Amino acid sequence: MNLRRCYALAFKETLQIWRDPRSLAVALLMPLMQMGLLGYGVSLDIKHVPLCVYDQENSQESRAVVNRFVSSGWFSISHNLDSQSAIRNAMDRGECSAAIIVPVNFSRTLAVDGSAPVQAIFDATDVNTTNIALGYTQGVIASANAQIEAKWAAAHGITPSRVGQVDLEPSTWFNETLDSRNFIIPGVVAVILALVGAQLTSLTVSREWERGTMEQLISTPVTSLEVMLGKLAPYFVIGLVDAAFCLASSIFWFKVPFRGSFLTLFVTTALFSVVVLGIGYLISVRIRSQLGASQIALLVTMLPTTLLSGYTFPIDQMPAIIRAISYIVYPRYYVTILRSIFLKGSGLSNLWAPVLGLLTYAVIILWLASRAFRKRLD
Amino acid sequence: MTQEQTEPAVRARGVNKRFGSVQAVQDVDFTVSSGEIFGLVGPDGAGKTTIMRMLAGVLRPDTGDILVDRVDVASDPEQAKLHLSYMPQRFGLYEDLTVAENIFFYGELFAVPRDERIARSQELLEAAGLQAFRRRLAGQLSGGMKQKLGLVCALIHTPRVLLLDEPTTGVDPVSRRDFWAILYNLRESGVAIVLSTAYMDEAERCSRLALLHEGVIRHCDTPARLKQAMPGVLLAITSAHPRLLREALAGKPGILGILLMGDRVHVRVDDDLHRIPEMLELLAGQGVTQSDVTRTEPGIEDVFVALLGREEAV
Repeated sequence: MNLRRCYALAFKETLQIWRDPRSLAVALLMPLMQMGLLGYGVSLDIKHVPLCVYDQENSQESRAVVNRFVSSGWFSISHNLDSQSAIRNAMDRGECSAAIIVPVNFSRTLAVDGSAPVQAIFDATDVNTTNIALGYTQGVIASANAQIEAKWAAAHGITPSRVGQVDLEPSTWFNETLDSRNFIIPGVVAVILALVGAQLTSLTVSREWERGTMEQLISTPVTSLEVMLGKLAPYFVIGLVDAAFCLASSIFWFKVPFRGSFLTLFVTTALFSVVVLGIGYLISVRIRSQLGASQIALLVTMLPTTLLSGYTFPIDQMPAIIRAISYIVYPRYYVTILRSIFLKGSGLSNLWAPVLGLLTYAVIILWLASRAFRKRLD
Repeated sequence: MTQEQTEPAVRARGVNKRFGSVQAVQDVDFTVSSGEIFGLVGPDGAGKTTIMRMLAGVLRPDTGDILVDRVDVASDPEQAKLHLSYMPQRFGLYEDLTVAENIFFYGELFAVPRDERIARSQELLEAAGLQAFRRRLAGQLSGGMKQKLGLVCALIHTPRVLLLDEPTTGVDPVSRRDFWAILYNLRESGVAIVLSTAYMDEAERCSRLALLHEGVIRHCDTPARLKQAMPGVLLAITSAHPRLLREALAGKPGILGILLMGDRVHVRVDDDLHRIPEMLELLAGQGVTQSDVTRTEPGIEDVFVALLGREEAV
């Protein structure tokens, strides 16, 4: 290998990137745009579920129950209705996804029987939202019950017995506010870098074939390893700048707590960049048209990355076979690494498994890529 | 003379190349010595580019050997590439790089020492008339200037073998003259040049020619000897109606070949003393007017048509 030739190729490639400011702008701004879209768009928290209320009694007790829903923060009342059919209509129109009906003799039943039914109706077309809203509802009712029980006991001069009960005192670590954004944003960064990185290099070799510069290049003594290193070097820098943009916006804009070290972050990000750029390069060597290479790069990175990297869909909930497949989806390692560095402050010693995964990937990809480029036309 | 000096710079032996069902190149043999300009001449699809690519080591022959500067191109293409320079038919330089940057890039790929690169690019740019355009993007050069830049880049590492695939196609006459001036200088300094061309006037400037047809070298010799090999006598007839004249004469006894050359028609006959009066009589009978009939020296185009035509008639 001749470093001088590597340097000449890197220099040439840099000039070409520099002379194409539109592509450069896309390369640098697209990740930021995607950060905005995915960072704001993807959230697993469901707040302010629109709720219809049909309070048939409208007593102090019934209003107290309704208020509990509102004050929980999970629900906001969209309509106060006065018939069953109005609820049906509101749901049909999509104006609410949950409804509660407090029956007409609610407070009397409660006083006499010690318990009274409240009906909750959910629009279950969206199962995830319904499950979460159902959970919220049970939480709200449980806390209402506790209060009613306490009140009832106080009224009858009885101290509620606490004997023989198990109390759960939950303590959430690493993401104390249980904000799904803290969990998702690092994953979004990994997904964006995986997509953008492969796009960046997917054009670099196919462009030479398309413009007819390859025939002359392969008639020189340059080796395929030199071509690979020379071409990857400038994109590695761009990839790192993209990563810096995305990571900085996670920390300073989306306020994801950052507890790790920047050195760990840099080392692992650089390693991940090598993998994603190498994959783009490998595609570029194989596909001789720019459009084709870019499409293939999108295809092979987009679906596996969004579905199997674990950035929103938890991998341990998947069937065993899919879990096994997810090990070849390289962004999963970086998703794990970023979450650990951000939220747990993990160092390399704790991250050896995913780092080893990425390292293995990098070695295999670079080995394949350095051999894939053939200095021949046939 | 030592063995080293007598060994040709390029030697192709029994070279074959097939693309699918098409035999692109068949049993091609030739040698090119240092200080020789060897021309590959033939119509489109004759196999010129395929041969060039195989010589350059970017395409592998199915069978046969190619030695460039005593290095076997098929078994060690990278070693061969150190000594050769190849200019593809399609402009192969970077249009978004300047003239100087392209030269720098190719100089670095061949590890030309800095001082040598500067001196040599100065000299070559001057010969090509490109000094004033050093900072211009290659994409903004005219067709002729692009080809000259291609030549400068190809020569920056002082190759011993230069391969040029139709280098002057679409090039203006002034640039072509510059181009050939550089090639003659290279020949003087002992570079072996292989050049393919579809221009017959350019073919005449070569030291030796290979006439290619359908992947086969039909004839290979100096332009002068190729002309001598052409049978019959060539007559130039000037006429206002060259097409009518051709129709009138086609297939008549003693007529070996007819070639339209603008307002003149080249007619090859077996015996001019007998055939000229016969022809004039025939043309007068058909009412085709002609102003002048003279014996003329054949050009390569006449030779090409005559030699290939004869082969086809057999």
